[in-house]
Amino acid sequence: MSPINKFSGRMIATVVSNKRVGQYHQILLNVGEMVNNCKPGNFVAIKVGGENAKMILRRAFAISRVSLTGPYGGSMELIVAPFGQGSKWLCSQDEGSEIDLIAPLGTAFGIPTQPVRALLVGGGYGSAPLFGLAEVLKNRGCRVDMYLGASTGGKIYAPMEGKRSVNVLRIYTEDGSMGERGRVTEPIPTLIADGLVDVIYSCGPMPMLRAISEIVAGSDVVHQCAVEESMACGVGICMTCVLPVADADGNVSMRRSCIDGPVMDGANVAWDLVGKVPEVFP
Amino acid sequence: MIDLSTTLGNAWFPSPLFTASGCASSGKELAQFIDLREIGAVVTKSVMSKPRHGRPTPRIAETPSGMINSIGLQGPGIDQFLAQDLPWLVSQKARVIVSIAGETVEEYATLARKVRSAPGISALEVNISCPNVENRGLVFACDPDASRRVIDGVRKTLGGELPIIAKLSPDVTDLVSIAKGVVDAGADGLALINTVLSMVINLETMRPHLGAKTGGLSGPAIRPIAVRAIYQVHEALPTVPILGMGGVATGRDALELILAGAKGVSVGTASFGDPAAIISIQNELKELLKVREFTSVAQAVGYAHRPVEDIDTRHEQ
Repeated sequence: MSPINKFSGRMIATVVSNKRVGQYHQILLNVGEMVNNCKPGNFVAIKVGGENAKMILRRAFAISRVSLTGPYGGSMELIVAPFGQGSKWLCSQDEGSEIDLIAPLGTAFGIPTQPVRALLVGGGYGSAPLFGLAEVLKNRGCRVDMYLGASTGGKIYAPMEGKRSVNVLRIYTEDGSMGERGRVTEPIPTLIADGLVDVIYSCGPMPMLRAISEIVAGSDVVHQCAVEESMACGVGICMTCVLPVADADGNVSMRRSCIDGPVMDGANVAWDLVGKVPEVFP
Repeated sequence: MIDLSTTLGNAWFPSPLFTASGCASSGKELAQFIDLREIGAVVTKSVMSKPRHGRPTPRIAETPSGMINSIGLQGPGIDQFLAQDLPWLVSQKARVIVSIAGETVEEYATLARKVRSAPGISALEVNISCPNVENRGLVFACDPDASRRVIDGVRKTLGGELPIIAKLSPDVTDLVSIAKGVVDAGADGLALINTVLSMVINLETMRPHLGAKTGGLSGPAIRPIAVRAIYQVHEALPTVPILGMGGVATGRDALELILAGAKGVSVGTASFGDPAAIISIQNELKELLKVREFTSVAQAVGYAHRPVEDIDTRHEQ
């Protein structure tokens, strides 16, 4: 057998609950023992639109959190923004609806063996997988600070229960409607200069991930980012979701964000080449 | 008991269901979801002589009942493919059809020479119709003369053993003449159809959505085009085996292509939505054949072409 997609499986899950939280939906799915293989950073590919849908491709969502001991057994939480046709369909699914999903897919955030000072940076609904990650880091004895940013307060996802897992939660909005006015990346250089952070975990829009990678460049801070690229299959067969990524020798090739990601070392992504193609092949 | 076995040239397969080139990578990714030995063969992603990055992102846009892609033949190059990907498939006891693509007639011949000495291959697909090359003039399958020259070069290099399947484009005025040309040049079979050249314009940016601007349309949206192409070519060349593909997502769709004249059916885009699609299609096909009292796939191949007087009058009442 091949190690690719090794722990992935397809199943029909039931919607346990579907709650509106600000501009987002918090959807809880009953997935049973599948949760044992789900790690923070992994994603799920969901079939949308029902039996006769004209939408033929699954939609990928970051797994926000999993719980083995919920009232219904193993459950998986997703935070979904109802923007596109597929996510609107998912957000319209009531309690008890059946959802065809494949999970867990992709790479996970690396969890340090020693307690570290971790900064979790989320942009918009990119905060979703960070709450599950925060719980894992906290249980390892890490200091966990979380900075969330968005253009406006309505796009911040920060549930009350999520705050329990973090030491500090700061919110930044560009219009100043919630938290501090400004971009979530602005305070990071000072934190690094003051030696207050060892690892940055990030999830959100690509420009934000790039900005963080540029900030940490030259420092000892490790930056693990969950990337976002249009995806057709989620399992590595279509080759659409590629990003230019350098290997250990510095050679850049187009890697699939579904199986070589979504979590990547920000230092390895050739950010200036995203949306382009490397000139030559090594 | 339904005999699902089929042949393409002198190659025998236990099932008429194949992956489609470019939709199964090199098989490893699907192995978690299906037993590769259960299907007819894995048709590997078209490989070129050198490693290739492909086209810039975005490479995909979903469309109604379909999608367009512009991967641009990203791949490891033939040497790495033969050293790593092929041996893995062979070790899994999967049957393999290797798909090759080149930019020149010589490149195809070079690829054929390298493939010739590799063990474990059932047939060679010669992809002369990838729409995602930078120079549309390089889509050999749009030019009858260029198509013939490629297949002629591959046939001469390859010798007579391994079946050659030429993959053709539906984006032509006279598909039958191109099909006849490549068969005359030495193709043992035809793969019909490649994706259909297409475009999506993004209303946010008000520019073409794909990085490469144009892409290939696939999925159920193009299935009727595939059925037409297979029907036309089978009518003109009834003895030439056809590997049909284009939007097959159910057993019903597979049977439709078989009735039109396909001896084998490749599943492509449906695997993106469900990596185990090919297995459910295979099971559904078996049931549909049984209900129609076929005892083998072979009996159903081209059945839509039988004369009108053969049609059971019960259906006309």
